[in-house]
Amino acid sequence: MTSPAPVTSLNSAGPFAAATGARILSLGDYQPANVVTNDDLAAAVDTSDEWIRSRVGIVSRRIAGPDESVTDMAVVAGGKALAASGLSPADIDLVIVATCSTEASIPNVSAVVAYRLGIIAPGAYDLNAACAGFCYALANASDSIRAGTARHVLVIGAEKMSAWIDFTDRSTCIIFADGAGAAVVGPVADGEPPGIGPVVWGSAGNLAQNITIADRTSSLHQEGQAVFRWATTNMHPIAAQACERAGVAVSELAAFIPHQANLRIIESIARKLGVPRERLADDIVHAGNTSSASIPLALSRMAARGDLKPGSPALLLGFGAGLCYAAQVITVP
Amino acid sequence: MTDLEILEGLGEIVEEIAGVPAAEVTPSKSFVDDLDIDSLSMVEIAVAAQDKFGVEIPDDQLKDLTTVQDVVAFVRKNAGSTA
Repeated sequence: MTSPAPVTSLNSAGPFAAATGARILSLGDYQPANVVTNDDLAAAVDTSDEWIRSRVGIVSRRIAGPDESVTDMAVVAGGKALAASGLSPADIDLVIVATCSTEASIPNVSAVVAYRLGIIAPGAYDLNAACAGFCYALANASDSIRAGTARHVLVIGAEKMSAWIDFTDRSTCIIFADGAGAAVVGPVADGEPPGIGPVVWGSAGNLAQNITIADRTSSLHQEGQAVFRWATTNMHPIAAQACERAGVAVSELAAFIPHQANLRIIESIARKLGVPRERLADDIVHAGNTSSASIPLALSRMAARGDLKPGSPALLLGFGAGLCYAAQVITVP
Repeated sequence: MTDLEILEGLGEIVEEIAGVPAAEVTPSKSFVDDLDIDSLSMVEIAVAAQDKFGVEIPDDQLKDLTTVQDVVAFVRKNAGSTA
């Protein structure tokens, strides 16, 4: 019997030896220059600085300029993460961009981002799990490296939520914002423990109607109270399970970096999980809710400030439209 | 559960979630107007009440429960007669 012809790859690289685990090698972030304060919003809609601070915990947020796209922001954050990794563009063989706010669905963001960063012919796809997107993308990056389908992965969360917000709707325009965060993910050395723990993910499509954009001409609509109830009731057990699967006690976490949805929601989840307030990321205060960008944005900014000790464990938890959620413990690069 | 038991339990919940002393949580008080509790805190109180009393208070019913007595009565009614 003749053996089947060997499968050849059209990709310039790979297949790779399967790795025992993956880790985040470096981080990068980007925020638009335009700062929008609560007072700015209060000048346009019936709200106030005090009301916004007490309900969602946001003091200011960044809003992209009219000519600034999801792709533009992803390129800057991704470029910073790539530069910080010390790798060359040729070392990256997969680019995943988590986003739910692109101006159009074709072409995808990831292939264009790769091209603009000089990454030649990588696997490239966009991933929409809304505010949980970065955690989904990070899990896929880790699994690809473990399986040997990629060696180094550029993972980006980038959002221009302002493009889908009705700035006369005071229930949503005070919350959402723009920005991007990125991580370069690579294999751990043989014998080293993984730096990206097992993901705990899931969805509740029966509750999908609580966060929607009805069609291409509509703005984002959210049933705030229902989402608040769901998140404060269901997310802390998911976060606890991610810690358990990673073999890390909640008390050992250097930081808890949930999706920066609303300060009230994440403080409630942290309290139920048993994470002290000082270990809870509160990047939302000056960044707003940037959907899938919020976790890498917070993580990158905290690491840059020196708030996170390299090598320490941090818990990520994404949750949002879908309703989708995902959590994993990572090792701070 | 008697009304007094529910009231005491509710007072503990309100104190923990909204920082309002349990002694101030008396039947005639309005959550919004007297105790300065907003709609998101009401959701948290409803969730905590479900854990404590085993009675679910859905969002569409929660909006009609404006006073402390309203919640006490809702819990008593939905907890069943055996309690």
